[in-house]
Amino acid sequence: MSVDRSEGGGRFPDGRPEAEQPAWRRDFPIDAAQDAYVARRDYAKFLVLTSFGFVVGQFGIAVAGLRRALGRTPAREIARVDDVPPGGAAIFHYPGPDDPCLLVRAEDGSFLAYGQKCTHLSCAVVPHVDRGRIGCPCHEGAFDLATGRPLAGPPRRPLPLVKLEVRGGAVYALGVEERTT
Amino acid sequence: MVPDHLMFFIDPNRCIGCQSCVHACSECDTHKGMSMIHLEYVDRQRSVQTAPVVCMHCDSPTCAEVCPADAIKRTPDGVVQSARKPRCVACNNCVLACPFGVPKSNPGLELMMKCDMCYDRSSAGLKPMCATVCPSGALFFGTQEQVEMLRPRSEPINRFRFGRQEVATKVRMMVPRGRAPEFVDVVAAMEGRPDGAGDEPGRGDGFVPVDMLMASLYEDGGSR
Repeated sequence: MSVDRSEGGGRFPDGRPEAEQPAWRRDFPIDAAQDAYVARRDYAKFLVLTSFGFVVGQFGIAVAGLRRALGRTPAREIARVDDVPPGGAAIFHYPGPDDPCLLVRAEDGSFLAYGQKCTHLSCAVVPHVDRGRIGCPCHEGAFDLATGRPLAGPPRRPLPLVKLEVRGGAVYALGVEERTT
Repeated sequence: MVPDHLMFFIDPNRCIGCQSCVHACSECDTHKGMSMIHLEYVDRQRSVQTAPVVCMHCDSPTCAEVCPADAIKRTPDGVVQSARKPRCVACNNCVLACPFGVPKSNPGLELMMKCDMCYDRSSAGLKPMCATVCPSGALFFGTQEQVEMLRPRSEPINRFRFGRQEVATKVRMMVPRGRAPEFVDVVAAMEGRPDGAGDEPGRGDGFVPVDMLMASLYEDGGSR
């Protein structure tokens, strides 16, 4: 410290030396150098606690993945076969009310269903059954209608596949398969 | 870093109220175009005498002591800087607490700004803007030897008292040589109690309030 603080007043309002000051003064020092100072012990604490946080986070992710893998989504009727003509499409929500999905009936009469959120930025994708594609209007992305895999534009991952079963004139959703490739 | 041998001296009774410092101050790059100095009228009814008010850069800065956001810091050379923008919450505690009335709140920026001795200039060895332009030498930035040579009848003092609070400052104030009080009692002077009657206990005997200091200097024909 280059400034002489020996005369009068002192560095603290009550005039007592630093050792007699309350503990919070060390945490909130007025001098810029002390304010910017990081003790080795504080840095080590920060590293250990941050690492611990990452470890806990990894376990959390693993548990969440396990639950998703083991958890069964109930089969649910999503449409009547007669309601969707060949070449047509319908919107349904599966497994929850916040998961919009797209039911497409190909020209040959078979049913296909995908999650409706584009894998790029979650825009709602639009079916083009006649062209054999599912397009995303936001960035001109395109997915293959038959497989849900990306064909063009920014999306790099395929759309989530909804497993279907046609039973007794109705279409049932059995589960959602999240795919990465 | 402001060089150790350069110090700021205020000689209020040399102030002629020309406002040069007020305008020069806003030219400083660290003040964002705003003036951080103001002239205080000592006794507006009886006199046109003004006194320039710059930050005294206290050893125990009251503004920093009262800051709830830990935003006001002092650099190693003893200069108390403006509040740090990421921390300042514009609560005005410092504005109300400063015994000298120095910090200014900027509502537009939501930031407290104060005289920082033109840190961009003084840290490079230049004079602060106000000391550069002051035509009468009321604001002087230089060495102790220079000020002793220029003001042989004055001596610098850096201790002030506000009620029970005693403040030692980095900036010095010039008082008559030989008749210098132990400290300047600002509250008593503001309330027109030159003798400090009914004041707190433990006051030194050499007590002279600011306006009496100045009045005595007028009788002597001003300081040199």
